[in-house]
Amino acid sequence: MARMKFICDAERCIECNGCVTACKNEHEVPWGVNRRRVVTLNDGVPGEKSISVACMHCSDAPCMAVCPVNCFYRTDEGVVLHDKDVCIGCGYCSYACPFGAPQFPSQGTFGVRGKMDKCTFCAGGPEANGSQAEFEKYGRNRLAEGKLPACAEMCATKALLAGDGDVVADIMRNRVVQRGKGAEVWGWGTAYGTKAGEGAKS
Amino acid sequence: MKRSSSRWATCVIGLGLLSGLVACGEMTQAMTGMPKSDTAASAGTGVNAFTAPGWQSGDVKSWGEQLKTRAQYGQNDHTRSH
Repeated sequence: MARMKFICDAERCIECNGCVTACKNEHEVPWGVNRRRVVTLNDGVPGEKSISVACMHCSDAPCMAVCPVNCFYRTDEGVVLHDKDVCIGCGYCSYACPFGAPQFPSQGTFGVRGKMDKCTFCAGGPEANGSQAEFEKYGRNRLAEGKLPACAEMCATKALLAGDGDVVADIMRNRVVQRGKGAEVWGWGTAYGTKAGEGAKS
Repeated sequence: MKRSSSRWATCVIGLGLLSGLVACGEMTQAMTGMPKSDTAASAGTGVNAFTAPGWQSGDVKSWGEQLKTRAQYGQNDHTRSH
């Protein structure tokens, strides 16, 4: 069984924000909500590094642990999803998440916080696969269409890799061997349990 | 006679107060029936127009192979260029 994972190759990311745009377009994400964003370290300094960050669908997801209404669930493919019919918008998950993935629409009166929205690994939600209800709440279900997340498939430099953990780790390992540097996969250890600096492991 | 009727009255008032307290009690906060179950992605969407060709809906193995093939072709530029 496939275990879906994200890797962002900081040696390749050029901070074009193509992944952010692809995500917003694919899922028609509302204004003010960014399921994915590009973070640049040492911006403007020679040698700056950028990474694309969204929900990493952690193996031991802290959002699932702190949710008071138990709205999160994990699919057989390791994708962490949530049920917006159950979410009460308390925001605990946003405090627990090490990647700042949970987003809250705030378009109501007095800036009232809506139900949480986050990256679904393009896997939709609990509604019927490919249904209008699923699209309106969670966006497209590309996995059920036999496709990978739009952000990764749209990435021009192939910095952002998404798919089965074995496959993406293998691609990353191959790159590191070829170029002889850039084995640090930021966020991998936090999300999937290997120590930082060890590099990608399947 | 008068004594027993006053006892009865006390009893009835006591029961009334007790039932009132029960009525003011908290409702159960146990979560039931959550979270919802989700259909597996390998089951497909049933919409052929948007489904990528090369795999069979409902077949987990072919779905997994489809994603692996797609990841290798779309993301592994080393194998494509060498």
